[in-house]
Amino acid sequence: MALIEIKRITKFYEMGSQVVKALDGIDIDVKKNDYLAFIGSSGSGKSTMLNILGCLDKPTTGEYHLNGKNVEALEQNELSEIRNREIGFIFQSFNLLPRANALGNVMQPLIYRNIGFRKRKEMAMRALQRVGLGDRVDHLPNQLSGGQRQRVAIARALVTSPSILLADEPTGNLDSRTTIEIMQLFDELHAEGHTLIVVTHEDEIAQHCHRVVEMKDGKIFNDSTVTGGSAKVTA
Amino acid sequence: MFFALFESARSALASIYAHGLRSFLTTLGIVIGVASVIAVVSVTQGMSSFIGDTFASLGTNSLTIQSYTPFEDQMKGIRARLTPEDLEMIERRAEGIASITPILYANRSSQIKYGSQTAFSQIMGTTYAYQDVAQSYTQIGRFLAQTDNLTRRRIAVIGEKVRENLSLPENPVNEYVEIGGEWFKIVGMLEERGDIMGFSQDDIVLVPYATMVSLQGNQTRTDIQIQLSLSDSADIEDVSRQLTTLLRNAHDLRSDEDDDFRIQTAEQLMEEFDQIIGMVTVVIGGIVSISLLVGGIGIMNIMLVSVTERTREIGICKAIGAKRHHILMQFLIEALLLSLLGGIIGLAIGFGLGTLISNTIPGFPSASIPLWSIALALGFSGFVGVLFGILPAAKAANLDPIDALRYE
Repeated sequence: MALIEIKRITKFYEMGSQVVKALDGIDIDVKKNDYLAFIGSSGSGKSTMLNILGCLDKPTTGEYHLNGKNVEALEQNELSEIRNREIGFIFQSFNLLPRANALGNVMQPLIYRNIGFRKRKEMAMRALQRVGLGDRVDHLPNQLSGGQRQRVAIARALVTSPSILLADEPTGNLDSRTTIEIMQLFDELHAEGHTLIVVTHEDEIAQHCHRVVEMKDGKIFNDSTVTGGSAKVTA
Repeated sequence: MFFALFESARSALASIYAHGLRSFLTTLGIVIGVASVIAVVSVTQGMSSFIGDTFASLGTNSLTIQSYTPFEDQMKGIRARLTPEDLEMIERRAEGIASITPILYANRSSQIKYGSQTAFSQIMGTTYAYQDVAQSYTQIGRFLAQTDNLTRRRIAVIGEKVRENLSLPENPVNEYVEIGGEWFKIVGMLEERGDIMGFSQDDIVLVPYATMVSLQGNQTRTDIQIQLSLSDSADIEDVSRQLTTLLRNAHDLRSDEDDDFRIQTAEQLMEEFDQIIGMVTVVIGGIVSISLLVGGIGIMNIMLVSVTERTREIGICKAIGAKRHHILMQFLIEALLLSLLGGIIGLAIGFGLGTLISNTIPGFPSASIPLWSIALALGFSGFVGVLFGILPAAKAANLDPIDALRYE
């Protein structure tokens, strides 16, 4: 059974008298350990797709099964629970808590699972070491470089051992050298068995992925599996 | 649950600390409110317990009878009186009385002179029985004697304060003072009694009752006070009832007419004082609670600002799994802590203020804070925090995660 099963999902917005079809009948399955990229120009519906995949938003119609659970009809608090357990978010603008240090940021999602301080710290330290920031745990976000901040965000996503890692333009705010580093980290995480979904408009990023889904006008335009593993980013 | 509370409290403290000045200014309303409540309560409570002690020491077996004229009658020029005949009648007919004495206050000037010194004092005409009724004895010289009254002697017994005011010698006995144009020889000085609420108990001059009557001239208008003490076996209620009947008969009052006199016991006086103090506490407390209300609105205001400021943070927390109650708790606890902090600071300032007031005004009883007022102040400020924190906290908790994440 696929990790994600999406059937005939639509998402409509009302803008004044007009109805905008952000998603217009999407069918897609994502298997465990997939390394998938949604690409498309702005307005193609890929951000809406990400919001729905990440259980931040509910579809207007259609079915969404995540890890065997039917999530399209869940209530806000239940969605919070799903986000906490199943999904690790990585955002373009990092979205770290500005007043908490790296360790505090990585520990934050564990608070919502009622894990005690010592255990939380231990888990967060491990996650930070995994992304290579074991020596920067007490730095505040504004004392870290862009790449380091994104690593903290990745550690925060990893610390809960989620079913999927969901990255929204993860390298959009980074320079090309850091982009390579972050994408290498993604490749490694994939190799370790994680399921990664990346939303991007950059072909170089998409080339890392093993499956590329092109979106256009709220529909899936092309879904191709790249064989032979990831290509290198040409910076 | 406890765990979530602890986490919320920790993060709330961090946030309060991060905006130190703002937090301080926000709590100022609560600080001022609580400080004034505590200051008022500590002063009035100190006063009240002091008055209680004072009246208890006066003894519960003495009565004062005074004439009483309702205000409407006063406007018509009618004045009720207690006369020397009333006194005589009570002496003859009432039972259960140990000693009884009239008191006649000087109705003109209460000026008293010694040499070039002039002072104002409470000048009372009374008899030898006063010392038993009022439990007031002389430290130097003698008290008024029965013969002084019969012969209308011009003698006086003074209090310590009068001696001080007139710069009389340490032993004022045999000195002469001038009262109402007449010379009086001082025969004794009373034991010092101290102050009640800043009023000296020692600023009195006692002269023989008959002397005072003759000084006053127009005797048809004489209105005296009667003080009496009860014998050990007498019941204060019985004696009051008996006196009421006797005086009503003597004054020819019909059954539908109100008493034209008042019988007061020390206990009644104490209750009246307590009532007044209670009223003052309630009124000031009411006014002050408005300032707590304003303080609460200040907290709500800053919490709303804080929610808006931290919209993105709220979005992040929701994205990584915070439920509605996590966010609600965090902001509610922040408001609660802010308000409680104000309450605690206010408590300290209020107590300091109360102590300062009672220490700077001489003779004022020392301040005391009853436990209930601490509980009330903290409880009320906590309540204000929760009450005015709910709206901002609910606003934060109900934010849509996508909108919140997009907020710049």
